[in-house]
Amino acid sequence: MSNEEVLKQFLEKFDASDLHASESFDMLTITLNTGRIHDAIKFLRNDLGFGFLTDICGIHYPDAEKQLGVIYHLHNLQENIRIRLKTFVTIANPNVPTVTDLFAGANWMERETFDFYGIIFDGHPNLKRILNVDYLDYYPLRKEYPLEDPTREDKEDHFFGR
Amino acid sequence: MSTENYTIIHPEDTDKHYTTLNLGPTHPATHGIFQNILTMDGEMVIDAEQTIGYIHRAFEKIAEHRPYYQITPLTDRLNYCSSPINNIGYQLAVEKLLGIKTNKRIDYMRVIIMELSRIADHLVCNSVIGVDSGALTGFVYIFQEREFIYEIFEEICGARLTTNIGRIGGFDRDFSPAVIHKIRQFLVRYEKALHEFENLFIRNRIFMDRTIKVGPISAERALAYGFTGPNLRAAGVDYDVRVASPYCSYNDFDFIIPVGTHGDTYDRFCVRQTEMWQSMKIIKDALDNLPQGDHIVREPFAVLPKKEDVYSKMEALIWHFKIVMGEIDAPKGEIYHSVEGGNGELGFYLVSEGGRAPYRLHFRRPCFIYYQAYPEMIKGGLLSDAIITMSSMNVIAGELDA
Repeated sequence: MSNEEVLKQFLEKFDASDLHASESFDMLTITLNTGRIHDAIKFLRNDLGFGFLTDICGIHYPDAEKQLGVIYHLHNLQENIRIRLKTFVTIANPNVPTVTDLFAGANWMERETFDFYGIIFDGHPNLKRILNVDYLDYYPLRKEYPLEDPTREDKEDHFFGR
Repeated sequence: MSTENYTIIHPEDTDKHYTTLNLGPTHPATHGIFQNILTMDGEMVIDAEQTIGYIHRAFEKIAEHRPYYQITPLTDRLNYCSSPINNIGYQLAVEKLLGIKTNKRIDYMRVIIMELSRIADHLVCNSVIGVDSGALTGFVYIFQEREFIYEIFEEICGARLTTNIGRIGGFDRDFSPAVIHKIRQFLVRYEKALHEFENLFIRNRIFMDRTIKVGPISAERALAYGFTGPNLRAAGVDYDVRVASPYCSYNDFDFIIPVGTHGDTYDRFCVRQTEMWQSMKIIKDALDNLPQGDHIVREPFAVLPKKEDVYSKMEALIWHFKIVMGEIDAPKGEIYHSVEGGNGELGFYLVSEGGRAPYRLHFRRPCFIYYQAYPEMIKGGLLSDAIITMSSMNVIAGELDA
């Protein structure tokens, strides 16, 4: 099975409007809207054999209209082919359906994404912070939070981007 | 005898009290900072809840602010039992983004180092299973060999535990004759040591009773939980990144992928044990067939020029300055690259928007993903089984918490 075949079968099920497919370093990447992401993952898992969830992670594009993204990596172990799915949400409404009903391992991956980006996974059984302390009141991997304390004045270095 | 005079008590009628036991965050038996809040019925584990993140160091955030070559030392601190695999895995991901092709010599050198660190990783795990079941001897003896592996790393790169080995594009220097000699020496002495170690455990009645059917997981559940590496193979799935998507010319080598049947502690022990033998075979093959060639790819935009050129040629000096100051722009793109780490598929998801640092770098840490299955694996077992299950899963705090 090749990327083209996967995409062809995928497009038979999901119509191509508001869906973006591309290929980056041999991996098929499909961007979908949030309403269809759960169905898409379910279809890939049940019908196309992508039965292994490799990873879930978040990303933040502060200048985009939909700032927060969730990236799924799925793997078809029999055919040895991987696929990447993306979905984007706004900061005001950062809700994405959970995939813990499909993959038990999604539990902590989604908790980690919530912890660092504040993406809320609807239907998650135990959505709370995992690596950071519980009382943290911001989502540290969002781009507006600098690496170092911005109030410090002893470490200014404009030339090399710090 | 009539039962009228007796009250029959059914277990479900009683108001049962469970004990809550706080195992960790620092506990001598957990080998790292893990907290498990266990619900116990006598000595039986009813439920467990893990708390993690005690040594979270925000590597993903730091990586967004560092030039590419400065991220390699961060990866050291993920699975610190086999940091060279993390280093090389990250370098391979960046090379893929930059479009750098390495020659066979670099590949073989990397294979040797990665297999040495796989041995170091598995050796720690297996000997610690011994310690947790009360057999300290194997641990004490086999750690001499780990020490010897660290001496080899020291000879190659100057560091032992957090190695920062290699560079993007290869290695900063070639293997010295001393390195080759030491690896050959290691292969001879480790064969003997591993035999001795194996004889202590593998058909030992006490060890078998302590580990067989302890902390089992089925192949279906293991796949659902995203297990990879020896823990998945112990459950009977022959998925190995070295074979499924070969990197570093792994397809040149002939080795077998051991699989277990029950996914219990004993199977995990045996899988790691067999993998160590296979790793030795790979190292021997790689060393015997080590091709000639340069130890680094001379790509000026990514690799530091030779020192004598820096002192004598203007262009080399400019590139040197630009690389050291991190002023090299990487191309735009996003890649996912994975290697077979000590614990399983160690993935690097790298998004570049151009510029000196990654826009986003996510580590797929196998520990983090499979440790969530821990409560399911220890439910219904004894507390001492829970301890031995954890050490056989080889949960490394550094990798867990990033």
